[in-house]
Amino acid sequence: MIKVGIPREVHLEEKRVAATPQTVMRLRKLGFEVGVESNAGDEIWCSDGAYKEAGAIVFDNVKELWSWADVILKVRPPEQHPKLGIHEADLLREGGWLISFIFPSQNKRLLEHLASRKATVFAMDGVPRITRAQKMDALSAMANIAGYRAVIEAASHFPRFFGGQMTAAGKIEPAKVLVVGAGVAGLSAIGTARSLGAIVRAFDPRSATRDQVRSLGAEFLEISIKEEGEGIGGYAKEMSEAFLQAEMALFAQQAMEVDIIITTALIPGKPAPKLITKGMVESMKPGSVIVDLAAEQGGNCAMTEPGKIVTHKGVTIIGYTDMPSRMASLASQLYGSTLVAMLEELFDKESGTLKVDYEDQVIRGALVVHEGKITYPPPVTPPSPEPGIPAKAIPAIAQANQVTSHETKQNVNPVWLLLAGLVLFLIGIVAPSSKLSHFTVFVLACFVGWQVIWNVKPALHTPLMSVTNAISGIIIVGGMLQLSGFEFNVTTILGAIAVFVATINIAGGFLVTNRMLAMFRK
Amino acid sequence: MKEGLITIAYIIASILFILSLGGLSNQETARRGNLYGILGMIIALLATAAQMSSESYPVLAAVLIPGAMIGAFVASRVQMTAMPQLVAILHSFVGLAAVLVGFATYLGKQQVQEAEKLIHLAEIYIGVCVGSVTFTGSVIAFGKLQGLITGKPLLIPGRHLINLLMLIVTVVLGVFFLRMNAPEGQNVLLFATILTGILGIHLVMAIGGADMPVVVSMLNSYSGWAAAAAGFMLSNDLLIITGALVGSSGAILSYIMCRGMNRSFISVILGGFGTEGSAAVSTTQAGQVNSITSEQAAEIISNSRSIIIVPGYGMAVAQAQYSLAEVVRILREKGTDVRFAIHPVAGRLPGHMNVLLAEANIPYDIVFEMEEINDSFKQTDTVLVIGANDIVNPSALEDPNSPIAGMPVLRVWEARNVIVMKRSMASGYAGVENPLFFKENTLMLFGDAKKVVDEIVTELRKS
Repeated sequence: MIKVGIPREVHLEEKRVAATPQTVMRLRKLGFEVGVESNAGDEIWCSDGAYKEAGAIVFDNVKELWSWADVILKVRPPEQHPKLGIHEADLLREGGWLISFIFPSQNKRLLEHLASRKATVFAMDGVPRITRAQKMDALSAMANIAGYRAVIEAASHFPRFFGGQMTAAGKIEPAKVLVVGAGVAGLSAIGTARSLGAIVRAFDPRSATRDQVRSLGAEFLEISIKEEGEGIGGYAKEMSEAFLQAEMALFAQQAMEVDIIITTALIPGKPAPKLITKGMVESMKPGSVIVDLAAEQGGNCAMTEPGKIVTHKGVTIIGYTDMPSRMASLASQLYGSTLVAMLEELFDKESGTLKVDYEDQVIRGALVVHEGKITYPPPVTPPSPEPGIPAKAIPAIAQANQVTSHETKQNVNPVWLLLAGLVLFLIGIVAPSSKLSHFTVFVLACFVGWQVIWNVKPALHTPLMSVTNAISGIIIVGGMLQLSGFEFNVTTILGAIAVFVATINIAGGFLVTNRMLAMFRK
Repeated sequence: MKEGLITIAYIIASILFILSLGGLSNQETARRGNLYGILGMIIALLATAAQMSSESYPVLAAVLIPGAMIGAFVASRVQMTAMPQLVAILHSFVGLAAVLVGFATYLGKQQVQEAEKLIHLAEIYIGVCVGSVTFTGSVIAFGKLQGLITGKPLLIPGRHLINLLMLIVTVVLGVFFLRMNAPEGQNVLLFATILTGILGIHLVMAIGGADMPVVVSMLNSYSGWAAAAAGFMLSNDLLIITGALVGSSGAILSYIMCRGMNRSFISVILGGFGTEGSAAVSTTQAGQVNSITSEQAAEIISNSRSIIIVPGYGMAVAQAQYSLAEVVRILREKGTDVRFAIHPVAGRLPGHMNVLLAEANIPYDIVFEMEEINDSFKQTDTVLVIGANDIVNPSALEDPNSPIAGMPVLRVWEARNVIVMKRSMASGYAGVENPLFFKENTLMLFGDAKKVVDEIVTELRKS
């Protein structure tokens, strides 16, 4: 049986834990043995007893837990253990597995350290944002919490109501909130601020977010320069100079109007763009609040101090980097669920072991170290079709998009025209002249049919088919020509039967078409 | 009658047929198109009758009148949901007629010049073979659509090889046939007929239910070619023109539909939906299915400002279109924006859904094709999926290993809510799991479509 270990987080003020009694139960159901460090769930009000009840073994000795477990689940990347004085990576047993947030682009040395332990490491932050991987998308789960919490933090520092009111004591203006960046966190913030009654505006360079913003009841701010901000994997990319200037002008103007700014702008692998300058902060009304969710990556606001709340000329700037940890029990529950989903993905039911499938885009995206080999960054793959699929499927999907936009009339491939010409040429050589006139008629009729049908609306395909069916009953003419009076020879009998069945076809076909068409009405 | 007059009559009939097909390109002109077709057929019959010796008129009347009566009787009785079967069986008649005409011509006393004899025999041979494939193929298609034969593709190992072999044998027989003099070759001709008949059966047996629309339209095309071949053997231009018209229009229709499913024509004809990929389908969907009652569904529907309804074959089976029309009427009176989205291959015939909706008096200007409406789902509050499955399956776009990968589908999941009415969790004709059912914004409403829609109507009337 596979042993899964969950140590207590050692990062300063980190309250989350990688498993709750609920997710432990799910892991047990999947057939894993689960070990939890004693007091791991203290900060989320989950006692050792609760974990035991869920089926976990509680370890008093951390070292013992680390060496017992085949797979360690963590929240924060491994770091120096403050009490034991050794690095967590060294606690991991040689060849052990680790699933955690890693942030490999910023933690190169950690990767090397883990590699030296012959470890296999999955970074939950490396899970690609594709539909199939949604249940493993820990970043989105955390961002959702961060967005909500950002509004709550802002509200607790904001000296007024969010919603407007008409009271006996006078009118209360609603708060105006600007959300920069409409990713998961931004949208969550918009929804929360709206539900508190604020007027919400949002900006995002990716035009695809416009409808999402509007669907939450916020105003989508736009600038006159057209540039698409959609980068790889649904994240934003860096924008051009002109775009940035226009964007800054917009923020400068908004800063004077709004009471609360929540910034969530991040570009993968880059420091957060500085969008709110010192001047803008100073232009805000006293009592205003800025929540900078990008604080950990340096902040979107020039005045942000990561991890702290500062006040500058009456404006409160909140730079907490641990928003999810401030709602630790929910965050642990959601994060734990994504870990369960990840383990489910890695678990091979047949052999009862964990398997690394390089072909699986989700697993490959998360895998940063494999048996001591650094596998980060994963090979760049086109966003949709996954690697290792039959090659023909890719053009098929590309075509599918094209086809839908195509006009119904199609251009004929010249090769076919050439081929058709060649066939006609050969027939011209072989066929006797008396037949050629029939042949002319035949080819022309084919062509007419071809031209006429392209214009038929799909809605009328069934009537069309039944009318052409009726018309194909013209074979009756062939049958009629075989009838020769009362002489009951084989030819006449065959001809008569042919006429009989063809008549059924003609009468039936036309009548049923008529019935169908009579029903179409505007 | 004079030869010249007959030719003129044939020309007029041909033009009327062309106008008939052209008229069907639009709802407004469609009925006139049908009338043109009838008129053309009458003229053609009269002109042909004028060519015949008057002695044969009693025989002609003896078969023509009962034939017309049977046709009219069947056509006026058939249910709109049984339309695909009817069209299929009618195709088989054309195929049968072509075979009979071929034999009659061969055994008849028509004199042909020596130089043309070979060509003439070839024409007969081709006509009979195509007719035979059409006949048996259509009968099988009828059986499948009627549910007499299982809709699952019958896949004999090495079936492509068998088909190819049968084709080669047919060609070889043809060469023998051309070398024989008139009545002596009749056994060869008969054998070729049986062989191509088996080929027709085998071809259609290998095609799955979901590909039936293409098959029916392909058989339509064949019936046209059979008529054209008969025209060649009888040196009759009217038959050639009409046959070619029907043949090419059927071929194009099949092509349009294959494009609608993003599948190659060849692969459909050679049969088997998803036969290659079915081994990889086992990506089981772990997920929660949210099931609701019809009261809850009615509440969601009445609170939606915009609704798109996606009907599928399940609606046809349950005959839910009338109740659905009532839902549409109530909602439109309330000012709700109601539209229909029709996938090109919804149902068992191209345009099948349109006919059913029209039958239920749903105005056709709120019925949209996939390409027109696919981008609107994003702005839609609620999508009602009624008895449709594969055409709303996101794995066609998201999972390249899916057997339906690349088939354009209606992107219903982009709407805020999706209510899927379905009898059970069973998979569709393609036998593919549908991840749509497990999406967060998808609500499953289990039950017979008609019954469920009726319940919704009752609820909506209350409010």
